[in-house]
Amino acid sequence: MSYSTRCAACKSLRRRCPQDCILAPYFPSNDPQRFASVQKIFGASNTTKILQQLPVHQRAEAADCMSFEAASRIQDPVYGCVGIISQLHQQILTTQHELAMTQAQLAFHYAQQETQQERRIMTQSQVQYDGPSSWFDPNQKEPFYLDQPLPDFHQPPGFL
Amino acid sequence: MIISGHASTTISTIKIHPLWPTLTRILKSSSISISNLKKNQVTVLDRAQTREKGATLFFSDQEALSQTVKMASSSSPCAACKFLRRKCMSGCVFAPYFPPEEPQKFANVHKIFGASNVTKLLNELPPHQREDAVSSLAYEAEARIKDPVYGCVGVISVLQRRVQKLQKELDDANADLIRYACNEIPGVLPTQRRSLDFGRRMGDGGSSFYQASDLSLPYPPPPPPWPDNKDGSS
Repeated sequence: MSYSTRCAACKSLRRRCPQDCILAPYFPSNDPQRFASVQKIFGASNTTKILQQLPVHQRAEAADCMSFEAASRIQDPVYGCVGIISQLHQQILTTQHELAMTQAQLAFHYAQQETQQERRIMTQSQVQYDGPSSWFDPNQKEPFYLDQPLPDFHQPPGFL
Repeated sequence: MIISGHASTTISTIKIHPLWPTLTRILKSSSISISNLKKNQVTVLDRAQTREKGATLFFSDQEALSQTVKMASSSSPCAACKFLRRKCMSGCVFAPYFPPEEPQKFANVHKIFGASNVTKLLNELPPHQREDAVSSLAYEAEARIKDPVYGCVGVISVLQRRVQKLQKELDDANADLIRYACNEIPGVLPTQRRSLDFGRRMGDGGSSFYQASDLSLPYPPPPPPWPDNKDGSS
């Protein structure tokens, strides 16, 4: 490979860039900062070793991930991309909490609507009877009339 | 308070310690108070916080022992120095963070980042942040060893997907809550019970679908008054 087409890695390392340079496909010469950050954090030899241990079709993604991790570490020297992981964990906890609260509110609404539906059905069923209903509370002493408040149904009617 | 008299004369009364040249330099260069010089060993308290690296001496006096700086390396070497097969000096930058009980921690960090890179990284940080930095480096190294292709980025992408999924569920739940609050959903009969996963049932037809992702609803309003049973109205 001629002098003018050295990859960013070989330019940074000030060496000739061979045709089978393992770093050349992933650190092009038009992006010197990418290799500079990877070299600063991982080191050139470690980067080469890591990529060499991988099959060829996975090296591009590995190089991208290492570049991202190196850039994160340079931006945040203490936590690097672990800081991002920590933030995501926190976000998950917050969102789970909000979801639980919203679902609790929905359950409340649903329970309320069910209660209202049951009452409406019971009221409609009572309207159909001509006379006093014998299937109400057997302990009730007076017959039921529509102008009276509904008795408290703790037990279901016997014939249902 | 600098020790009175000639430092060399004072030191000559004390038994020779391996770090005498360093002691001499400290006594002459920094403001130091020395109390209770004993025959055996001497502990130096450098009030200006400019002690030399590795300049560790000991008081036999109990009062001064409470002010002792780090002991000269006679204890077991840290995991880093064991791994690198070198003597663990008292000012070893790795020693506080790579104890000998955790050899794998340094082995991982060394494999991914290299000892010299880690040294440079730690030296650029203030001492109170180095422990966190080492912990995060160890985490990244372990993640990279377990997943040589994606490393920590794989963990990040998994967590991002989980956040997106949870956010979508939250948006759907909020949309359902809005609909219930506005009574736009017709009442559900008891025989048509369904699960709380209303979002899927509603589909895409709802014209009032609300897409706010960070909607915070107040406490649900009371339901409208039902036709009054007391007056017999149906």
